[in-house]
Amino acid sequence: MNTVTIGGKAGDGIKAAGKLFAKILNELGYFVFVLDDYPSLITGGHNFNKISFDKEELFSHYVETDVLVALDEKTIKKHSKELKKGGVILFDSNSVKAKGFGVPALDLVKQVGGVRIMRNVALLGALSFILGIDFKIVKKVLEKTYPKAAEKNVAIAKLGYNFAKENTKQIMKLKRVGKPKELMSGNTAVAYGAVKAGLDNYIAYPMTPATPILHYLAKNSDKFGVKVVQPENEIGVINMALGSAYAGAKTMIGTSGGGFALMNEALSLAGMSETPIVIAEIQRPGPSTGVPTYTSQADLNFVINAGHGEFPKIVVAPGTNEQAFYKSAEALYLAWKYQTPVIILGDKHLGESLRTIKIDEKKSKKAKAKLSKGGKNYKRYAMTKDGISPLAFPGMKGTVVKSSSYEHDEFGITTEEPEVVKKMQEKRLRKMQTIEKEIEKLEAVKVYGKGKNVIVTWGSSIGAVLEAAKSLKNVKIVQVIYMLPFPKKAVKKHLNSAKKVVCVEANATGQLANLIKLLTGIEIKNKVLKYDSREFDPIGLLKELKRWLK
Amino acid sequence: MNLNTSAEITWCPGCGNFGILTAIKNAINELVSEGIPKENIVIASGIGCHAKIVDYINVNSFYSIHGRVPPTLTGMKLANKNLVAIGFAGDGDIYDEGISHLIHAAKRNTDITMVIHDNRVFALTTGQFTATSPKGFRGRSTPHGSIESPINPIKLMLASGATFVARGYAGKPDHLKELIKKAVKHKGFSFVEVLQPCVVFNNTYQEYNKKVYNLNAEGHDISNFEAAVRKADEWEERIPIGIFYETQAQVFESHFP
Repeated sequence: MNTVTIGGKAGDGIKAAGKLFAKILNELGYFVFVLDDYPSLITGGHNFNKISFDKEELFSHYVETDVLVALDEKTIKKHSKELKKGGVILFDSNSVKAKGFGVPALDLVKQVGGVRIMRNVALLGALSFILGIDFKIVKKVLEKTYPKAAEKNVAIAKLGYNFAKENTKQIMKLKRVGKPKELMSGNTAVAYGAVKAGLDNYIAYPMTPATPILHYLAKNSDKFGVKVVQPENEIGVINMALGSAYAGAKTMIGTSGGGFALMNEALSLAGMSETPIVIAEIQRPGPSTGVPTYTSQADLNFVINAGHGEFPKIVVAPGTNEQAFYKSAEALYLAWKYQTPVIILGDKHLGESLRTIKIDEKKSKKAKAKLSKGGKNYKRYAMTKDGISPLAFPGMKGTVVKSSSYEHDEFGITTEEPEVVKKMQEKRLRKMQTIEKEIEKLEAVKVYGKGKNVIVTWGSSIGAVLEAAKSLKNVKIVQVIYMLPFPKKAVKKHLNSAKKVVCVEANATGQLANLIKLLTGIEIKNKVLKYDSREFDPIGLLKELKRWLK
Repeated sequence: MNLNTSAEITWCPGCGNFGILTAIKNAINELVSEGIPKENIVIASGIGCHAKIVDYINVNSFYSIHGRVPPTLTGMKLANKNLVAIGFAGDGDIYDEGISHLIHAAKRNTDITMVIHDNRVFALTTGQFTATSPKGFRGRSTPHGSIESPINPIKLMLASGATFVARGYAGKPDHLKELIKKAVKHKGFSFVEVLQPCVVFNNTYQEYNKKVYNLNAEGHDISNFEAAVRKADEWEERIPIGIFYETQAQVFESHFP
């Protein structure tokens, strides 16, 4: 396992360089994980990417670095202590003074009439030489990524590559080790999964770190046949989405904690009116504005308890980018099957980290509702055994479809009669029982490895846990994926048979551990909690785990 | 066509909402007989006295929440362009709670019609001032009189880019019916403000009966934006009803394939 760290100011093309390098490694068949770390500003500051790669499947970035690529001096100051023995510092000697290997990146860029931001490509060329990568691969990736500006980018990369060839040694020889896979962020996977499940409309107001879903779907709107709208605020978002779903379109919305808070009123409306909707809530550290561009898992309590009143609701928390794809498709499937809101609870670390993944699109779920033929006596809220009333949509001849936020009778007309109120409440909650049965059949809990000791975790923290566990013996990992309805039986089974249990999550109060106690009665005393707004790293986590599992 | 439902009408006797209900039912009947498929008509309401109207008309409906009708209707049009979407809102509902949605729906020029039951009071919550209550309005939350001046909805909508701006009066249901029909047929965002007396908390029948006149019968040029703004300021002596302004612009939904 090796890691390259690329750092510079916002506006230096750090993310682009990280992604390009990840593409090169993917082209060679490596498993890759890219952490994209950036503060809440547009120009300046300090951005960095950590690109870890291995021949074996990789679930997290690592901090310890083989090559540090610096576009500014701050990068040297902040990251040189992360350099492994024998590691190399590669920097732009036109703007950085440091010990290591300097490449006059800006001079090289100017030689072919490039612009300052292309320094990243010059250093990428030099980096590729140092790691023993065939230039043909670099060229191929640049041509694919920048079809309109390929020539200049390739020329700059070549200058960097040759400069390194003439002035320094190779520290690795990275040859092809396998076939390329998909390189996808968790946010893209959430979007793509929904598309594959039949998404018609995506509606969102910009909010970090959920915005990349909006960008990705807006960019690919024609290709996917998905309409993308950015309304006036999050309240507009969810109400527009409910109108869209009422009229028959499979609709998803996306936001982070603050935006989700604004949506709560209409979340309850979705529950009452039995309107299908998928909400991607990509967490960032709170409370309030918090630390906007970093990561957290502190909205679990909020999300599972969101919305006034009692209504069926599903919360699914994918932890890996593959899961983000499959569970997003599953979310749309469940929303339409049960005509109720489904929340995908992600976080910045899941959403914005890139990973090489393999997905089988054929295996993803498709959204399909139980439909009614309508007709003169159509009852939008017909009483049924499983609580699901067959759907009809406005536009169906001879049919009147009445949906309501008020308590209503079977036709959707307002009622305040206690018997009807009770029956309708029971009808809606019957859906939850049906959902609970179905969730048991889906992958609500994923178990990795065998052992007497159990690590319980959820969401993106699974990545660092899986990496840390590579160095642990006799350990079983239990990842809870469905948070609501909660897979009580499965969790109880795994925890009851465990010798020691430790819970790993990125919040300050141990929300999953508390939920487990509430729902299973099992108290987990050993907790590894992280709430400094940064994700777990495998080595740091391993030290903590060893302490608890000793 | 009988558009009645099983719902019992629970408005107060003499409520301005009855005039609006008559106007909309007659408008729907005529629009259907003129060729609009009934199944394509969908109505939505917010929360308040006005909102009960969706229960009283036997067409597709979405009984939404307070202030949120414009995005709800926009979502419907996004899903199915063929739908004929008519929204109802109250003054508290849409000029207080949901004002940003109204402005943005006008700005977007979504092809929907918004009918605002403006009784200038929160009635269902038993009489508090709204965005259109006159300054000095005495309600249970303002026992010494409201200290805020009202907004001017017609001017607001003109400034927001609404392509059809009109005002009707619940006491003139035939005129209101014609306005609603024109609003529905207009391609783009149609705004119909309705003067609605509230017999319990803000009885304005006498004032409106005395002051209301049809501006379209007095040679008002509905294509003249400045003239519309001038007419929007008229209130103290005479109150104009009718179409203030109409223009054509590309409809929001038509940008999508």
